[in-house]
Parts: sequence; structure tokens; C-alpha cells
Amino acid sequence: MNLTPEKKLAMYRSMVLCRMFEEQVNSLFLQGKLPGTIHQAQGQEASAVGVCQALEEHDMITSTHRPHEHAVARGIPVKYLMAELFAKKTGCCGGKGGSMHIGDAALGMLPAIAIVGGGIPLAAGYALSFQYLKKPNIVACFFGDGASNIGSFHEAINMAAIWDLPVVFVCENNKYGASTAIDQVMKVKRVSDRAAAYGIPGQTIDGNEVEIVYRAMREAAARAREGKGPTLLELETYRLVGHSRSDPGHYRSKEEVAEWKKRDPIARFEATYLTEGLLTDDLIRTIRLSVEQELNEAVAFAEASPAPLPEECLTDVFNE
Amino acid sequence: MSSMNEMVSRPEKEGRKITLVEALREALQEEMRRDERVILLGEDIGVSGGFGGAFTVTLGLAEEFGHHRVIDTPITEAGIAGVATGAALGGLRPVADVQYGDFLFLAMDQLANHAAKLRYMSGGKLRVPLVMRAPVGATTRGAQHAQSLEAFFMHVPGLKVACPSNPYDAKGLLKTAIRLDDPVIFFEHKLLYGSKGSRKEAGGIEVFGTVPQEEYLIPFGEAKVVRSGQAVTLVANLLMVHRAMQAAKNLAAAGIEAEVIDVRTLVPFDWSTLFESVSKTGKLVIVEEDNLTGGWGAEVAARTADRCIGYLQAPIRRVAAPDTPVPFAPIMENFYVPSVERIVTAVTDLM
Repeated sequence: MNLTPEKKLAMYRSMVLCRMFEEQVNSLFLQGKLPGTIHQAQGQEASAVGVCQALEEHDMITSTHRPHEHAVARGIPVKYLMAELFAKKTGCCGGKGGSMHIGDAALGMLPAIAIVGGGIPLAAGYALSFQYLKKPNIVACFFGDGASNIGSFHEAINMAAIWDLPVVFVCENNKYGASTAIDQVMKVKRVSDRAAAYGIPGQTIDGNEVEIVYRAMREAAARAREGKGPTLLELETYRLVGHSRSDPGHYRSKEEVAEWKKRDPIARFEATYLTEGLLTDDLIRTIRLSVEQELNEAVAFAEASPAPLPEECLTDVFNE
Repeated sequence: MSSMNEMVSRPEKEGRKITLVEALREALQEEMRRDERVILLGEDIGVSGGFGGAFTVTLGLAEEFGHHRVIDTPITEAGIAGVATGAALGGLRPVADVQYGDFLFLAMDQLANHAAKLRYMSGGKLRVPLVMRAPVGATTRGAQHAQSLEAFFMHVPGLKVACPSNPYDAKGLLKTAIRLDDPVIFFEHKLLYGSKGSRKEAGGIEVFGTVPQEEYLIPFGEAKVVRSGQAVTLVANLLMVHRAMQAAKNLAAAGIEAEVIDVRTLVPFDWSTLFESVSKTGKLVIVEEDNLTGGWGAEVAARTADRCIGYLQAPIRRVAAPDTPVPFAPIMENFYVPSVERIVTAVTDLM
């Protein structure tokens, strides 16, 4: 499968948008403009973008407490994401969701599920609706390495497997569940080893190489679309920042962090394609400027947007 | 929803005498015929040669609708609740069930954190048309197949809670639950099922109800005054409606005319019917099978005290189970579950 230059550049721009979105959010948070807490994903762009670029318009993704890059990569306009982080009425959840619940089902992403592993059964169920309604779509279910130890992981993947549901389980293994190293809480070497227990394919790949992720996801998605059932994809990646805003990350060695910085997915992409000629310094600058402008407009939109009324907290509990 | 406005609660007349199980089965069957999006998910519900779920409610439905609509699951309560919720988000109208309500604790994250909150978290963009059926009630099975769980779910904003006492209400409420775009926890009492044959429930009471041939729906949030009286208001749900009615008969023999209200749904709760009754009688006794502390009766007592204090002529009394797990020995279980005698005593103490 040869990727067109346009597709490669689209993936690159999406990764840059993810990274710069997170950096902008971090800065806004430090300025005290965003309430609550945030869980960021700098360094994990290749997995978010590689997976989402492999999807079709009416496919669905489910996400986690670390959802910003998934939402950006899925193509939800950043102004609605930013407005949600600013707790504004114009946010993608009207200010009722916040950082940990961003998403918009109409745009292919369920509100993010911030209970670790909680979204996995929902993804399987959504896939059941696709299968039952004979739609050609699939669900991409994001979760972290930590979620692979919780019961809902087992229950949902087992059900998806026995019914051949059109879902791809995407484990972003960033090596830590908060501060706990995954190899201390998992006896098998790889999360993908667990696929054998459900009789489905499991594969571990370099999650910091966007084209590798894209190709693996296309393959798993095609399999799911053909009615052959789910795949467990493990993407090895690393968050270059703390678990949440309050985490300086003392549980990770400087050497380890430095080693993973060398595998930064955006830097790797640039190094490869500056050599091959797809990218030039000028083009990189142009892309970054356009992303910066998009983000500045998003922040301006969010800041100018009205806050919800206090008593609006009383609506949207029930449909009727 | 416009269809809700068309709902008519018909009088019970010219119907057939059927059991609660048969009424529930008819509700499922009619809604599945009416709407292709209605599917069933549960353990042992459609197995050929099986028993149609723990209490035979789904018997025969797989034969009519196929195994793609009557879906047998692994033993996987969190998975059932989560997959059903996801399918509801995707446009289906799943009716999931657990064999015993006690197993809902295994599904609590999916029900309380996801099904109940996704509409809210999405800013009102999502709908979760899910029904989760659950049998409750103490039936000499010991502590883990016996609990009354209504209060747990009544406490979670975003969940509706139904608890019918008879076949007519069960059918009409279940049909409504399936058509609602909100998640509903639908409680059924094991002693009211009227299951026959090998699934017959020891100690079950014969609750045949008159159910009309024609289709009908019962809206949520409308309690039913099942007996009129001036002396005291008894409010109850599920099996306790029958105990309260028997108590009312016994009290009438002593010249005390009790009004009995069947709440039918706890969320939404029909406060106006209750307050109107208490305003008239001036006395309230709440009867529930749940443990006393934090039971739904506590909420009813607090709200009634707040709203009807000027009408109350006596303290509000609660007849509930003690704060213990459900015991096994029948002699202890009979002590544990509120009896007709306890209800009568609670009322006469107020007179």
C-alpha cells in the first residue's frame, strides 16, 4: 500500500496540530485560563493520527481520560474542543463534559470515557449496532496499557470476538498507568499476547511511526469491515509529559525519557521526509504557521464564547 | 416525544387473565414486532432447548425473532450492560437483563457512570434508549440472590426506575420503557412472576392480572391509587403492594380505611398523587422490602415531611427490612421481609 504525498502530508499536519494543540492547552492551563485538570499526550501523535487517518467518515472512535489528540486527529474542529476546555457553552459538550469527556458522536467520536477500561464495552456495543444495522462501519477503541488489566477489557473483547464485531481494539502502550510501570502489573510481555485468549489476532507495532500505525490499522479495519472480527493492536509509544498537570514524572529515568525523545514521531517524520524531499524547511514553516493560526482562532473563539448559565446544569439529564 | 402524548392508560376490562411473566413476554414480543431496532441481550435467554432466561420471560422469543435479536451472552454482566449501552448509542433499543438483580453490582460502572451520564456529558446530544431488566426480592436463596436494589438506582441522576406490582402495569410500563430514549432499570419481583412448571417459584403468590387484548402503554411517573381510604396512606411497590393491600383489608375489619398507593415508577416519582393522599389522610406509612437505611422510603418520608407537614397528624412510619443481609432460613426470611402484621401494627400505632 503506497501512500500518496497528499496523504502523508495530511498525516503530518494532523500530528503537528495535535502537538501544538496540546502545547497551547498546556500554556493556557498554566495561565490559569482552563479549569480542572488535563491529561496530555505529547509524543503519542503517531498513534492517534495513524489510527484516525485509516478510518472512514461514519466510523466511530472511543477514547479515554487522555483524549485531546484523539479528538484532534479525528477531525473535530479545534475551536469546539478549545471552547469545551474553556468551559464554554459553544464547546463540543456545551460545557458539561470538559477535558476528560470531549467528543462529538456526529463527528465520529463518542464523548471520551474517563473510567479506565469503561469505554471498551461501549465500543463493542457500538460495533454491534453497526453489524446489526448492516452498516459498513467500524469502531476504533482507544485505551491505555493500564486498561488491559481491568475486567471490562476482558468481557468486551471476549464478546466482540465471539460475535465477530467490527471493532479494532487499539492499546496505546505508553509504558505507565499513571506512575506504575506496566511490566510491574502485567506478567505477559506484551498486551497483544492477550489476544490469544480471545482467539483474535494481536499485533505489537511501533506506535511512534505514523505510517506503520496507519498500515496496521487499515489492515485491521479491513478485516473488521469484512466481518472477520476484531483485532487487538498494541501501539508502543510514550507520553513525553506527566500523567496529569500535577505530575513531574520522577518515576521515570532521565535516560528513558531522553531515549524516547529521540523517537518523537513528528521529529522522525520530518527527518525522513526532509531527506526524501517530501518536506522542506519552508513547507514545515508554512504548515506550522497555518496550524498556529487555526489554534489562535480557536482560542479567540473560545474566549469570546459565552459561558453556560449556572442553571443549565439542570438540563440534559433525561431526554424527556 | 410525540408518541408519549398518544399514550392512554386503559382501564383493566375485558382482558385475559395472565401472569406477570406472560405480560412481560407479550410486551417484548409486541415491541420487537413493532420495531426492528429492539433486541434482547442476556444470559440463557434464547438457547434452543433452554428455559428462556432465569424466569422464562423470553421463552419462545428466539424462535420467533432469531438469535440475532435474542442474543445469548456469556456470563458477563459488565459486558452485557456496556455492550447494550453502546448498542443503544448506535441506534438500537436493547433490552438487557440479568438473572438476579444482585448481579447489577457487577454492571454498576456501565450503568451509573456511562448509561446514566452519556447524555449529560455530551451536552444533550446523545440518547441512551436502554432497558435493563432485573429480578429482585427475597425468595429463600440467601444473601446474594435476594436484594431489593431500587434505591441504589433511584439515586443516580439519568436513570429511570420502574417497579411494577402486577401484570397489567408490567406490560404497559415495559412497553413504555422500550420506547423511552432514556435508560430504564426495570425491576421485577420474583414472587410475582407466576412462573409455571419447573421454574415455578416456591412461595410465589398467584398474581394473575387482567390484561386487555388491545395495545396499551402506561406512562412513567403516574402512581396508582389501588384502594381508597380516609384514615391513613400506605405507599408501596412490587410485592409490598400486595402486602399493603392485605393489611388494608385487615385494617378495614377493625374500622380503619387505608388508602393504598402503588408507586409503579420511582423515577420519575408521582409526588402529587402521594401528597394529595397524605393531605387527605394526614398519616403516611411507607412499605418497602429494601433495607431501612437509605431505602427509597427515606426519600419519600423526607419529601413528604417537607411538603405536607401542615397536614400530618402523626409521625411518618416506615416498614422496611432490617439493616442486615437477606437471611436464608425461611423462618428468618419471614421475619426479615415486611409482613402484613408489621404493616397493620405500624398503622394501628398511629391511630
